[in-house]
Amino acid sequence: MSAERAPGEPGTALVLGATSDIGRAIARELAADGWRLQLAARNADQLRREAADIQARTGGSVQTQLFEALAQGGDRNWPNGLAPLPDLAVCVVGLLGDQTESESDPSAAARVMRTNYEAPALALGVLAARFAERGSGVLVGVGSVAGERGRAANYVYGSAKAGLSAFLSGLRARLSGTGVHVLTVKPGFVRTRMTAGMALPPLLTATPEQVARAVLRAVRRRRDVVYSPAVWRLIALVVRALPEPLFKRLRF
Amino acid sequence: MFGRTRAPARAAGDSALTMPAMQGPREHTGRHAAVPLAGWGREPVLCCRLATARQMADVCRHLGAGGSLIARGAGRAYGDAALNQQLTLSMLGLDRMQRFDADSGALTCEAGVLLADILRVFVPRGWFPPVVPGTRFVTVGGMIAADVHGKNHHCDGSFGNHLDSFVLLTGDGETRHCSRERNAELFRATQGGMGLTGAILAATFRLRRIETAFVETETIAAGNLAEAMSLFEADERSGGDDWPYSVAWVDCQGRSGPRGRCVLSHGRFAPRSLLQARQRREPLAATGGKALRPPWPALAPLLRPKTVAAFNHLHYALSSRRGHGQGSRRSTTHFERFFFPLDRLRDWNLAYGRRGFVQHQCVLPKAASASGLAALMNEMDRAGLGAYLGVLKLFGAGSGAPLSFPMRGYTLALDLPMRRETPALLDALDAVAHDHGGRVYLAKDAHSAPRRLRQGYPGVDAFTALRTRVGSAPRFTSALAQRLRL
Repeated sequence: MSAERAPGEPGTALVLGATSDIGRAIARELAADGWRLQLAARNADQLRREAADIQARTGGSVQTQLFEALAQGGDRNWPNGLAPLPDLAVCVVGLLGDQTESESDPSAAARVMRTNYEAPALALGVLAARFAERGSGVLVGVGSVAGERGRAANYVYGSAKAGLSAFLSGLRARLSGTGVHVLTVKPGFVRTRMTAGMALPPLLTATPEQVARAVLRAVRRRRDVVYSPAVWRLIALVVRALPEPLFKRLRF
Repeated sequence: MFGRTRAPARAAGDSALTMPAMQGPREHTGRHAAVPLAGWGREPVLCCRLATARQMADVCRHLGAGGSLIARGAGRAYGDAALNQQLTLSMLGLDRMQRFDADSGALTCEAGVLLADILRVFVPRGWFPPVVPGTRFVTVGGMIAADVHGKNHHCDGSFGNHLDSFVLLTGDGETRHCSRERNAELFRATQGGMGLTGAILAATFRLRRIETAFVETETIAAGNLAEAMSLFEADERSGGDDWPYSVAWVDCQGRSGPRGRCVLSHGRFAPRSLLQARQRREPLAATGGKALRPPWPALAPLLRPKTVAAFNHLHYALSSRRGHGQGSRRSTTHFERFFFPLDRLRDWNLAYGRRGFVQHQCVLPKAASASGLAALMNEMDRAGLGAYLGVLKLFGAGSGAPLSFPMRGYTLALDLPMRRETPALLDALDAVAHDHGGRVYLAKDAHSAPRRLRQGYPGVDAFTALRTRVGSAPRFTSALAQRLRL
């Protein structure tokens, strides 16, 4: 089936972390575009709820798989339950955590680091091996603009996202020429449960639906790195270019 | 009784698509900041604790925490129906569909699903809701709570007529499945019950097959109310076979000549054969064009009686001239333009400026309609305040639900700017409606008095008794309920 598919044409798509706001938006956007879906998340009730929603909307069937990223991400057999092996896999597993808590409680910091770096990197790595064997597939990982540079306000989260970005760029380089494509998505502010109650600047803030559309567009165009909203590419450039003696005093 | 604050430029969370849900205070703290909140008319504004339900368990949790609350949908009721200062619980997070049966058209979805969402998903699949109100930015729960009616009321009744069942959380903490067979009394009372019987969590209703997303319309100019009424009654006699959808625009400006002129438009879903070449490319198009967001604060000063009268003149002249034969004209338009013309102007409620506006909608029994409508017009004359927009429609039989608004007869909806003299005019309009045996629509109301409510809705006491029996009185209450002593 995947042999007849042009790259980016709808096939089977897996969403890891499908019950998060961004995961749900991506799943709905994919379903509307004609993809057959496999949804994975750790909460069975929420997973059933999202799957039923998409089934009612599209009339197509949706597979579900319970997936505990921290425990299973590194298990090389976790994709065995996927039939068929997806053509596209999007991993939106992540956790913002609380920076102050992460500073004082190493176990809280470890949870943030593992959820944002270790679990998604390992899960995508396991899938990458299967995709490379097949010689096709698209892997999508979600980094963050917070990973561009460690900021005083959220460097625990940011460092883990930076690690994931580095992992994805290395994976992309390793798989280039094999038919497997790796996309890194870097959202700016997104209005989700994660950011509920925060005052977010409207021009720099996307809705989960906007991020989902950006992901789909980038998959079709086989882009490597996509920022959403796009203006963040520019901001990231400036943030990276600031000299450290100045940057450390900014404390933004 | 309620602390009033000045109307903000835009009441928090009233743009249906910007999801106040997502901007709400942090959920896990259990404390929720009070925010100024209003209905679509932006009057009154009350400081309410606002929280958002993201799943059904959240609604139970908030009920369990004690105090009183009211569920709020998209905030499209005009007055104080979805305001409770202790806790206003936004249902916009309950936006999942649950099941669709493509054989029967039965759709089951959570109560916070927007009608706009349903249309976007199901119109391209060839399905349409049996009843739609004048805006698509309402929730399923809101449509049940207000028992909304559409332009097809004279042949299809109100939204409740097409409901199979719903799940209701009552004040005693029970989750009750209600249908014509189970909890039948609660099933009826909740239709039009303004959220006072409990929180609707999910519902099942039937969609209908459509061949295209376009509506064949016929527009007829009528020189006065009597002429318009005879046109409506011709539609009614045909049993809706010819034109299942009909509504009339009424000119409410000027004293003698222009006042009472109508432009009646009726419609029916168009078959493919009737579509123009451009429409045939996408016969089931989900949208009929981009919405506009005009700079309302700058335009607000332009909206005054003289400009409205000039617009009305032009509208009537164009409608009566372009016709051929008996002064009617036909066209085929996208359903959005036919059913939701004002949705194209986002946030149009801001056009009335800082003080906002009120809508008065009442229904008069058919036999008393001619004299009643004339009396309503006279009251506007006497107050020297003409409605900026008037809409007239003939209802079919009511559903019999105790607080459901429609009854057989004419309904007139009036958009009035909020002025010093407006409250007195509203009271006079209420009096006319009730003196003629009619009643006012609670989803539009912000000013009516308790004694008037009892005249118009004789089932109020049985309604209250039922609410008490299931523990929903006094747990589920709103500013509207307190004002009307419901």
